[in-house]
Amino acid sequence: MNISFDGVFALAGSSARDLDHIEVGDHDPQQRGFNARNIELAFDGAVDPYFEGFANIVFKLDNDNQTEVELEEAFLQTTSLPFNLQLKAGQFFSAFGRINPTHPHTWDFADAPLVHGRLLGPDGLRGVGAQISWIVPVPWYSQLILGVQNGRGSTGYSFRNPGDGGMFFDRRTTDRELRGLQDFVWVPRWENSVDLSPTQVVLAGVSGAFGSNETGANSRTQIYGGDFLYKWKSANAEGGFPFVKWQTEFMYRRFEAGRGMNESFPVAETFHDWGLYSQVLWGFKKGWVAGIRGDYLDMEDSRFTDDFERQSRSRISANLTWYPTEFSKIRLQYNHDFLYENFFLPARDVDSVFLQFEFILGAHGAHKF
Amino acid sequence: MKKILLILSITVACAFTAHAKLNVVATLPDFGSLAREIGGDKIDIVVLAKATEDPHFVDARPSFVVSLRNADVLIDGGAELEIGWLPPLLQNARNPKIEVGKPGRVQASQGIRLMNVPTNVTRAAGDVHALGNPHFMSDPIIAKAVAQHIAQSFSAVDAANAAFYDGNYKKFEATINAKLQEWGAALLPFKGQHVVAYHDSWPYFAHRFGINIDVFLEPKPGIPPSPSHLTEVIAQIKAQHVKAIIVEPYHDRRIAEKVASATGAKVVEFSQFPGGIAGTDSYVKLIDTLVSRLAAALK
Repeated sequence: MNISFDGVFALAGSSARDLDHIEVGDHDPQQRGFNARNIELAFDGAVDPYFEGFANIVFKLDNDNQTEVELEEAFLQTTSLPFNLQLKAGQFFSAFGRINPTHPHTWDFADAPLVHGRLLGPDGLRGVGAQISWIVPVPWYSQLILGVQNGRGSTGYSFRNPGDGGMFFDRRTTDRELRGLQDFVWVPRWENSVDLSPTQVVLAGVSGAFGSNETGANSRTQIYGGDFLYKWKSANAEGGFPFVKWQTEFMYRRFEAGRGMNESFPVAETFHDWGLYSQVLWGFKKGWVAGIRGDYLDMEDSRFTDDFERQSRSRISANLTWYPTEFSKIRLQYNHDFLYENFFLPARDVDSVFLQFEFILGAHGAHKF
Repeated sequence: MKKILLILSITVACAFTAHAKLNVVATLPDFGSLAREIGGDKIDIVVLAKATEDPHFVDARPSFVVSLRNADVLIDGGAELEIGWLPPLLQNARNPKIEVGKPGRVQASQGIRLMNVPTNVTRAAGDVHALGNPHFMSDPIIAKAVAQHIAQSFSAVDAANAAFYDGNYKKFEATINAKLQEWGAALLPFKGQHVVAYHDSWPYFAHRFGINIDVFLEPKPGIPPSPSHLTEVIAQIKAQHVKAIIVEPYHDRRIAEKVASATGAKVVEFSQFPGGIAGTDSYVKLIDTLVSRLAAALK
């Protein structure tokens, strides 16, 4: 069994006093000063000839230095089913898009993209469930995945999420048990990859997430995503450098916001929200990576729903990361956030700077491409 | 409907009886070239790492998953050289034929006594491989043992061609035995001389041919050369009259050139892998080239 311990820390400065409203991910820096939002214990290994097991326990220190614990993932996976199938069951990140299934310490930026934090949720889309995947028998890499999970809580953010203090998008949420298959979150995905040349790879995928939400008796949510990755790496790469990696993800969410419990909210609305991010990473020298990212998030305007998370916004980020070895990193990142005026909130600009540092102890399994 | 089913089943049956080539995947180009020597035209081979790139850090491309899924035989080092990228590929490949212990899995280091096994494994010492130095293929005698292992695996998975694989192994063995005399004679005049290398990937080659390749531009494995360490290396080169600095295709040549011009030593382009330098498309040609280049530099 591999056991590893990974600590990610960040020193944050920002023109905003409410950094936890500006940052959209739960593992992002949440306050000016020092942050420890992703201290992770990871286990993986062969259970027996039939299964592999993985587990991830994440500790976070909140702004008052209190410890929060999160069982991020704990699942088993088959090693050799017939017909190129693989089954996964337990608590895990849904296979939606490129960033959602990954752990924050592997990200190329110190914080989550806007569209990921606001549409899939601050903790990503994850839950207890099962997933089946099939490698399609064609000459190129093509994989079909179908996952199903409970979709409850803040990790089913756009789905059966009771919200903060029983409120989500201003509605009093209905806290109900599973009524049928339609109350699960179903996550299909299809991804394809080809090698353009010995030094270039592209990967493209489409994903969906379908389920119910708790703002009404029959409120439904659908999220669609498209992702594209291009990577070039030198034929004479030393330690994996130099390389260029360009990743873009687009997401669209249709959210039926009902009238809440006991029809207490004046109107039912259907929100069409969408956004995208695009990032380029340039590993120009062994151990050094420069990155730039643009984010855009469009939340449908409403004259009834007053929720700061529904403010449309965009962001530009630039960073420089130094990896002394593959077991540690130091990253300096600058963000400029543009928040756009809507019916309830004024326009706002925010500047933030993060100095992030990470260390890994122990045997941490290699990450997927 | 019945007619269609009949035609379909006959076609499928024909496809199965037609003798298909063995699908072989090798993680590294040195294993790949041995597999070609043994397998000849009876195999289709895919090599994952490029001959010119750093084998510790190969991208686990999705297309590799497809190759591994279809593989009848997988040849990997088994000495943790590929540990940074092979495991997730295998987890996704879902191919029971290439699991460790199966006849379709060749772990090249099996039965080989690795050099420089660390007594204390700590990352403070840099990127140290816990099982020992994994760059064992630069010793032609070890390469022979690996080739035999590959031939045994091919024969186990494809019994119909066992005689063919065995015959090719015997040819390879005879070639190496003859060449060893030549190579030994070429490097004998320089026995005991010290040579500098960028990275510690040559202890097996050094041991086989009586050369000492024990001073490195990297202060610790995987750690980039620092100015203070290079000053020490330059002093050592002058003290021990070192004449050659070995670099591989993915190393920063300029650093080696700077040290060479400060000391009068020569930069020698080496490669662990056939195909990494021009004119070395087979294992034997690679060792030929390495031996002649080193001999020329040490004169």
